[in-house]
Amino acid sequence: MDYTQYPDARGHFGPYGGIFAPETLMHPLAELTEAYAKYRVDPDFLAEFEADLQHYVGRPTPLYHAQRLSAHLGGAQIHFKREDLNHTGAHKINNTIGQAMLAKRMGKTRIIAETGAGQHGVASATVAARMGLECVVYMGAEDVARQAPNVARMKMLGATVVAVESGTKTLKDALNEAMRDWVTNVDNTYYIIGTVAGPHPYPMLVRDFQSVIGRETKQQSLTQLGRLPDAIIACVGGGSNAMGLFYDFLNNDGVAIYGVEAGGDGVETGRHAAPLCAGRPGVLHGNRTYLMQDDNGQIIGTHSISAGLDYPGVGPELSFLKDTGRANFVAITDDEAMEGFRLMTRMEGIIPALETSHAIAYATKLAPELSKHQHIVVNLSGRGDKDMNTIARIEGWTL
Amino acid sequence: MNRLATVFADTRAHNRAALIPYVTAGDPSPLLTVPLMHTLVDAGADVIELGVPFSDPMADGPVIQRATERALTYSVTMRNVLEMVMDFRRQNQQTPVVLMGYANPIEAMGIEQFAREAASAGVDGVLTVDYPAEEAQPITDALAEVGLANIFLVSPTTPYAREQAVLKQASGFIYYVSLRGVTGAALSDLDEVRAKVEELKAQSSLPVGVGFGIRDAETAQKMSAFADAVVIGSSLITAMEEVAPQGDAAVLAAAYGLLSPIRAVLQR
Repeated sequence: MDYTQYPDARGHFGPYGGIFAPETLMHPLAELTEAYAKYRVDPDFLAEFEADLQHYVGRPTPLYHAQRLSAHLGGAQIHFKREDLNHTGAHKINNTIGQAMLAKRMGKTRIIAETGAGQHGVASATVAARMGLECVVYMGAEDVARQAPNVARMKMLGATVVAVESGTKTLKDALNEAMRDWVTNVDNTYYIIGTVAGPHPYPMLVRDFQSVIGRETKQQSLTQLGRLPDAIIACVGGGSNAMGLFYDFLNNDGVAIYGVEAGGDGVETGRHAAPLCAGRPGVLHGNRTYLMQDDNGQIIGTHSISAGLDYPGVGPELSFLKDTGRANFVAITDDEAMEGFRLMTRMEGIIPALETSHAIAYATKLAPELSKHQHIVVNLSGRGDKDMNTIARIEGWTL
Repeated sequence: MNRLATVFADTRAHNRAALIPYVTAGDPSPLLTVPLMHTLVDAGADVIELGVPFSDPMADGPVIQRATERALTYSVTMRNVLEMVMDFRRQNQQTPVVLMGYANPIEAMGIEQFAREAASAGVDGVLTVDYPAEEAQPITDALAEVGLANIFLVSPTTPYAREQAVLKQASGFIYYVSLRGVTGAALSDLDEVRAKVEELKAQSSLPVGVGFGIRDAETAQKMSAFADAVVIGSSLITAMEEVAPQGDAAVLAAAYGLLSPIRAVLQR
């Protein structure tokens, strides 16, 4: 099976994906599809993207061998793809650079974005500032409270941050509100979706802009390890850092793929954000995918310690990878993620984001099952500075 | 002839636009929905658009979002909505009922199962915001199988070529979204609306209704000059919301009070 064939021309990954959008957005989406088809093969566009990734973002990011953590766990060698070292502190900027370049070429003067943990909001505000575009970021009111440092960063960068009070006041509601803004201001506005979800072409174009992660990882594995890794691991909220790492490895059958969802209080409690582990397919936010929903098709509230994983859906390509069996999906609880966070911080001197800590926690489970001669790559998707308040609360510290 | 075709033949014969009020099923409370539907008919409704509550109404403005949230505090489900239609049909066999909502509650039931149950409940048409023509063929087929109309939105951003694709699957009537924006936003340019409605009517024999942003009798009257129907949603819900603390009778009176003057000006 050739995974690079997906999506098809209408945005489908098998039964998933597609364009389940209100009529007002259908033409703008078609225009975006057309623009992207033109620029994805345009040498000037690609050269500018490459140059920005190198000089502005700081790519390539290192593939770092975590020797002390690996020795402590006594199994496979663990390597971290250091997306936390990117400008703005996470992988999100890879995508916002690419989409802002599209926005500018399409003549849009205003960009909007949704954000959960605030990383995508910061990355959007950053490129907007650099390109002189107006920027409005929608963020669930609950997330505004728990990710205060990122809210401050967005404001410093000149963005307007709108706290969304509807629904569950988290990422899904921010997405609803961003869609409403786009429907209303479609003529001058470009919507930078931050993850591999939403209507076609977003899952494809966000994946493509993020796929630099996997391409670099592959090269670095060949150079540093002399071969491909045995397993690759990424946390999955919407799935952009996961698809970014996975995409270039999909046709390499020898590389096991693990996506780590937010298990919250435990998948068995129902209080989690793990649609691939415990949901069923449905339609939300423009695509068909696995969703957390009740028997009547209402989307149910999610729970996770990490705002960036607190989303009831997931990118359609990941749903497809689940059904084909190419990728394995597992859940890590809040407590396990915190253990992963502590271990990483103390053993390697790297403070990871709480989202990333889910992937790290799963690596600590998987590594001991493999031999010392095997290699695991974990996408270290973001740094943890933004989580200071949450961590301090859990650890009982006063800041 | 089905109920929708009968209504539009009748309004055409009488040279007036049809009045289509929108209410969210279960708002302000599930027990009031059927009495409210009868009140809408008494006030002159030709077709009733009944919103199916969904947790993530991404194309709706704040007014209908609030209506949806109120309905969902009662956990109103698609099956509950179909029961309400069935109940309404015990007294009213003439007024068409169109369900308006989002794809996922339909997907959860299964498209064919939904179509069968909707038909037997007495529904006449279905409008699903996030089933655009590209993704709608399965539901268009399932609804056609049981004789229900699949009603599509056409918006100011819909180019001519897309109109063709939409019209291929559309039945019942075309719902023209008179503005760029969510439900209940402010209306922009009447001439633009007229031009687009006339463009649609030139391509299809289906009636064209206009909605989103029609707040008062004055606007409704202007629309009725060229539209086959006007849809009144957010302003109706706002009128009911304002008097809700005074009880059910006040809510029904407010709905009647808002609609009947609008109905009076739709005669051309």
